[in-house]
Amino acid sequence: MKVEWDGKSYEFAKPMLVARLLEELSLNREAHLVVANNKLVTEDYRLEVHDDVKVIRVISGG
Amino acid sequence: MKCRVCGQPASINLRSYKTALCDSDFLSFFEKRVRTTIEKYRLITEGDIPIVAVSGGKDSLSLWYLMNKLGIECDGVYIDLGIEGYSDTSLDKIKKVADALKRKVYVFRIRSVLDKGIDGLARAMKRVPCSACGMIKRYIMNRICMDKGYNVLVTGHNLDDEASALFGNVLYWKKEYLWKKDIVLEAKEGHLSKKVKPLFLCSERESAAYAIMSDIDYVYEECPFSMNAKSIIYKGMLNTLEESSPGTKLMFVKGYLRALKDMGSAGETTREEARETKYCVNCGYPTYGEKCSFCWALEKFGLHCSLKFDEYGSYSIDSERAVMT
Repeated sequence: MKVEWDGKSYEFAKPMLVARLLEELSLNREAHLVVANNKLVTEDYRLEVHDDVKVIRVISGG
Repeated sequence: MKCRVCGQPASINLRSYKTALCDSDFLSFFEKRVRTTIEKYRLITEGDIPIVAVSGGKDSLSLWYLMNKLGIECDGVYIDLGIEGYSDTSLDKIKKVADALKRKVYVFRIRSVLDKGIDGLARAMKRVPCSACGMIKRYIMNRICMDKGYNVLVTGHNLDDEASALFGNVLYWKKEYLWKKDIVLEAKEGHLSKKVKPLFLCSERESAAYAIMSDIDYVYEECPFSMNAKSIIYKGMLNTLEESSPGTKLMFVKGYLRALKDMGSAGETTREEARETKYCVNCGYPTYGEKCSFCWALEKFGLHCSLKFDEYGSYSIDSERAVMT
């Protein structure tokens, strides 16, 4: 699956849970949201190899 | 994970509330939470004419959209900091929301009015950009309220903003700032507009989710000057705590509000409150000196500021109409 994160694109060959993806990228689940095929998904959602995935950082400064 | 309300697949897990919700039920949950905050703390009442400070980010655009959706009609104000490749993109996103809401947005362009972008101004003032930005924004946003007849300035400060500021103030025992934070800061008639923060008890994650679910196109990129800001480091630390103990940020901020209330009812005042508030001899803005920081900076650097606002959108609020429904 193709995962877009922080302006870069990552490829993952196997399906995995959202929680696992965040672990792989060393990301805090309170500070990030995951969108799969244009829809927000929870950490127990299983991402399939053909899914289009985007990780969104929610922290902003100021 | 299923939505706790309707049983459909959930879109967001809210561990601090021990619940998970689908898009539709989350939108209702978030809107109800903001409406309750507005009503409980009397942030906006009938007859008020609020204006939302918009930056192009998720919090302010979600708030602007949500308030109008709740029937609280309000225009927006944007301060263009003159940051290349960032400020124009932010304004484009704001204009899209203004068009969708059919509301007006005032634009103050720092570079064209003050002759420098925020980086140049910060260098001239010998301040870090975030400090100069905060000072200028507070001043300009207050002035638009005073000059254009809005009596409530609404900002998108969220739970994470408040928790991180509180964390920093406690960490370094900044007593002069510690007890200044509140959901509502009351007006000083003729000098300072009322300021309110309807997202005070909503997390950044929730406001980002609200923007995404509502198809609000916001600026994902961070302000280039805030990359190493301490507030971001504190937010990261608080989110590490939140991950292991959900609800920590909410308890921290709610505990602060209770302490603030107890302190008020006990008649205690901070050293800052005890100081006599004066008003700037040039512009009337509250200050502890003869001139406010903004007028002082203008004078020191030989700048002239006409406080000219561009306006986008042909709509304006009807001051005769009640804003609460």
